[in-house]
Amino acid sequence: MLDLSNIPVIDQVGVEERIARLNSRSIKKESKLQGLHLALSMIDLTTLEGKDTAGKVRQMCYKAMHPADDIPGLPTVAAVCVYPNHVKTAKTALGNSGIKVASVATAFPSGNSSLKVKLADTKLAIDNGADEIDMVISRGEFLSGNSKFVYDEIATIKEACGNARLKVIFETGELSTLDNIRLVSEIAMQAGADFIKTSTGKIQPAATMPVTLVMLHAIKDYHEKTGKMVGMKPAGGISTSKQALQYLVMLYETLGGAWMTNEWFRFGASSLANDILLQLHKEQSGVYYSGDYISKD
Amino acid sequence: MTRIAVLKTYKLFIGGAFPRTESGRYYKIQNKANETIANVGLSSRKDFRNAVVAARKAQDAWQGRAAFNKSQIIYRIAEILEGRKAQFVEELISQGSTKASAEKEVQMSIDRCVYYSGWCDKYQAIYSSVNPVATSHFNFSVPEPMGVVSIIASDETSLLGFISALLPCIVGGNTCIVLASSSKPLSAITFAEVLATSDVPAGIINILTGKEKELHTHFSNHMDLNAVVYCGTDKAIWKTIAQNSSLNIKRSFWWNKDWAKYESENPYLIMDLQEIKTTWHPIENIGVSGAKY
Amino acid sequence: MAKKIKEQVQPFTWSYAPALESKDHIQLKQQYELFINGRFVKPNSGKYFDTINPSTEQVIAKVADANPKDVDSAMMAAKNAYDKTWSKISAKERGKYIFRIARIIQERAREFAVIESIDGGKPIRESRDIDIPLAANHFFYYAGWADKLQYTFPNQQIKPYGVAAQIIPWNFPLLMAAWKIAPALATGNTVVLKPAETTPLTAMKLAEVMQEADLPPGVVNIISGQKATGAAMVQHPIPNKIAFTGSTAVGKWIQNEIAGTDKKLSLELGGKGANIIFADAAIDQAIEGIINGIFFNQGHVCCAGSRLFVQESVADIVVKKLKQRMETLIIGDPLDKQTDIGAINSKVQLDKINHYIKLGIKEGASMYQSSCALPSKGFFCKPTLFMHTSQSHRIVQEEIFGPVLAIQTFRTIEEVIEKANNIPYGLSAGVWTDKGSKIFNLTQKLKAGVVWANTFNKFDPASPFGGYKESGFGREGGVHGLAAYLQQF
Repeated sequence: MLDLSNIPVIDQVGVEERIARLNSRSIKKESKLQGLHLALSMIDLTTLEGKDTAGKVRQMCYKAMHPADDIPGLPTVAAVCVYPNHVKTAKTALGNSGIKVASVATAFPSGNSSLKVKLADTKLAIDNGADEIDMVISRGEFLSGNSKFVYDEIATIKEACGNARLKVIFETGELSTLDNIRLVSEIAMQAGADFIKTSTGKIQPAATMPVTLVMLHAIKDYHEKTGKMVGMKPAGGISTSKQALQYLVMLYETLGGAWMTNEWFRFGASSLANDILLQLHKEQSGVYYSGDYISKD
Repeated sequence: MTRIAVLKTYKLFIGGAFPRTESGRYYKIQNKANETIANVGLSSRKDFRNAVVAARKAQDAWQGRAAFNKSQIIYRIAEILEGRKAQFVEELISQGSTKASAEKEVQMSIDRCVYYSGWCDKYQAIYSSVNPVATSHFNFSVPEPMGVVSIIASDETSLLGFISALLPCIVGGNTCIVLASSSKPLSAITFAEVLATSDVPAGIINILTGKEKELHTHFSNHMDLNAVVYCGTDKAIWKTIAQNSSLNIKRSFWWNKDWAKYESENPYLIMDLQEIKTTWHPIENIGVSGAKY
Repeated sequence: MAKKIKEQVQPFTWSYAPALESKDHIQLKQQYELFINGRFVKPNSGKYFDTINPSTEQVIAKVADANPKDVDSAMMAAKNAYDKTWSKISAKERGKYIFRIARIIQERAREFAVIESIDGGKPIRESRDIDIPLAANHFFYYAGWADKLQYTFPNQQIKPYGVAAQIIPWNFPLLMAAWKIAPALATGNTVVLKPAETTPLTAMKLAEVMQEADLPPGVVNIISGQKATGAAMVQHPIPNKIAFTGSTAVGKWIQNEIAGTDKKLSLELGGKGANIIFADAAIDQAIEGIINGIFFNQGHVCCAGSRLFVQESVADIVVKKLKQRMETLIIGDPLDKQTDIGAINSKVQLDKINHYIKLGIKEGASMYQSSCALPSKGFFCKPTLFMHTSQSHRIVQEEIFGPVLAIQTFRTIEEVIEKANNIPYGLSAGVWTDKGSKIFNLTQKLKAGVVWANTFNKFDPASPFGGYKESGFGREGGVHGLAAYLQQF
């Protein structure tokens, strides 16, 4: 039952000030190494292009399993994220590495199609072995005020997921206000989302810190009320280690240690992994590195 | 053997870049000995059109900057200009000034930048108001920039008149297209170099060279301009400007000032290019005695 | 192949490694003399006193102790400078000197920030990001007024006072110096300023800036000293204007001391600000506002939000979130960039705060402190809440000037307005609600010189600051801030 009665208002200026304070944390030395390793393990390595092929997906999967074999003790990334028709290839390529296969679904990225089509899209991914589904909400319906529609749609897809975990993408760049973000977070969590996710990465702006902070607060309040943990995934626009560490500080100081694993937090990113590797090289050797030393896919 | 000097090509300044006039035309600037010292671009209506596009594009962000930030940017213009004093003095001399008057003109120009920099975060406090309306509303009036302003600078000086007109315009959050003095255009273009190196965002100030007689029509009939300022002395030109302004109710001003006098520095020039916006908001009346602003 | 990340059995802990701000680029002398007439001169008595680093309890430097003879030299220097130089310079040139001071502070910003944190105990993030930039901006802002005064007080003839005697506190040492000196100079006065005895160093560095800016000698004089120095300044015949920021008790003494003379006075004194959270506030942002309101600068803030009023329907959730947020505050070395709460300024102040904490417990309020570790050396205090307090508790009525928040609940608007105003002070107040018409209702009814709606502890050179009632009179900042330094006819 959808209950939207106690949703707090959000003050945008206040949010931005909190973020400015969080970003003034200086993460160095051991804590930086710890953060970089953690961030790497939280990445959903992503390829969502019209021109994706089996070959591209296989190469990305190898990179996912071997981010940099010349640096000892590295974790693998958390998952790869692909379109439904590439799930099988990814599943085979990843074998028993423990890396999850996440598939976008429900007429990604626009979500402008019928429920029937969206269910078929989801089923295709699940049948091919997807461990996680990244769905998009119907932004048009949300902005028209049809919270119930959005809630029902998410609940239906969640049911179709079976054991697969469901990430719900809001496309925050289209939703305009932080109050909207707070509202849609509540709708998605009540409908059964395992993760709430900011963006498809196909439009600007993608993930931002203000949007992420509001979603983290929503998760906290939901957890206080129900005892249920929900994961969070900012996607798109996070390409540097510095940014990743800022997000992790924000996560740590808002939700605490229990969320600091890839079971409850992911970065939807493609170039972040290589920047982390650059930083790790620097921490190891003491000098700044060049991209020539890091494999691209 | 005497060294051959590398002579400067004087281009226009639009959108933070230095393009040539699209018309390809030029006119000569000569010194007292009738030697050509520069070929200067004869701007066309298309150059003006491009400049308006650049100014419009930059206006919203310029208006949105904190007032203090604007004051720092304009103060930096003064810093850079002070560093280049010798260059400007030399250029003024080549356009016919005496050394003494050239030095005075440059010093005054620098100090004028400092003067107007100081107004950026202060005129609002003087010219805004909280209005004591009779109903239970918080009612306040604030000045807001008009938007994009075209300026025809005074012909008499190369630097001072030009700076004196554009500063009050941008202090108030407007962006502008300025026509330099026709007879002495060089300092305006060199000033563009100062702008390009001193934190002033592209498009805030756009500088054209050319003839007042040709360009005043376009400077006043463009429908995407909010205001036009004329600093020349020609009554007929002023009349045309005023008439053209009526096409879209542009605000038009004739700043016929002696810029060499300190009295010409004035916050009312800033206010000429400001609108006044008034906002109402209800005040609940609960608790203790009723009170109003 | 790379390892999988192991299953987390116990919760992940991330302890931020210390990120110490570097000290090796700063230049500090072992002994500072008095800055009089453009030069550093030895004190007449030959006496000095120590200034210590409150986080290590180590002596940083010795500073001169000005006696009445030194005060007299400084006042004479200021008067001469006014008569012979400063009143004769054009307003434009006056402004340009002040612009120079602003720019030099900006250039030397990091050094000032480090010294401020070492001398006073505040976290480097605050001195770096707030104190020093605001100080530089204050000079920059007032510099621009120097040649524009004819627009400020319509139909009034205006004239500077001449010499202004200025005494400042230890909580924002450089910023308070800027708040005093900048408008005084812009309006054409000359100045004798005494920094607080526990935080004299950034003022003495500011004296160096005055030299670097080539300010005419005697226009600004900075004399370090203790209580007696301040008293001598107030009692000296030369200054026509006295400006004081500090405790209400001393403010009352000064007001009494100059009563009947022609001296003009402005006072910025203590406070016990009410921070009011309504049920319709943006709660998570209000929590930030509460934290900022009382723990910023260790609570050493005259306008601190030290009385929290929470509407009863949201009291539980606010207190719960407040406690959770307090757990993320790091108390530590002021020079560590991680530190949120630095050292208490002095032993005397720490004793005073601890006295109030004991008193609060004795008065029956329930106390809560976060679990953070305190450094073993230095003067430190945990952020502290007292719940279930009421207006009659002494910890609610009296200014503690530390990281101690007294929390009360309220039910209606009338009630909270009455309670917020029910105090001899009137410096600041905070209002947290989403409803605009409610904000304007409260901003009208609260008897405070500064009302912050949906924000707290915001300062700007363009924004007038000052109190009602026993929090003092006169305003600093903005156009209104010029009035303190101009005679109007």
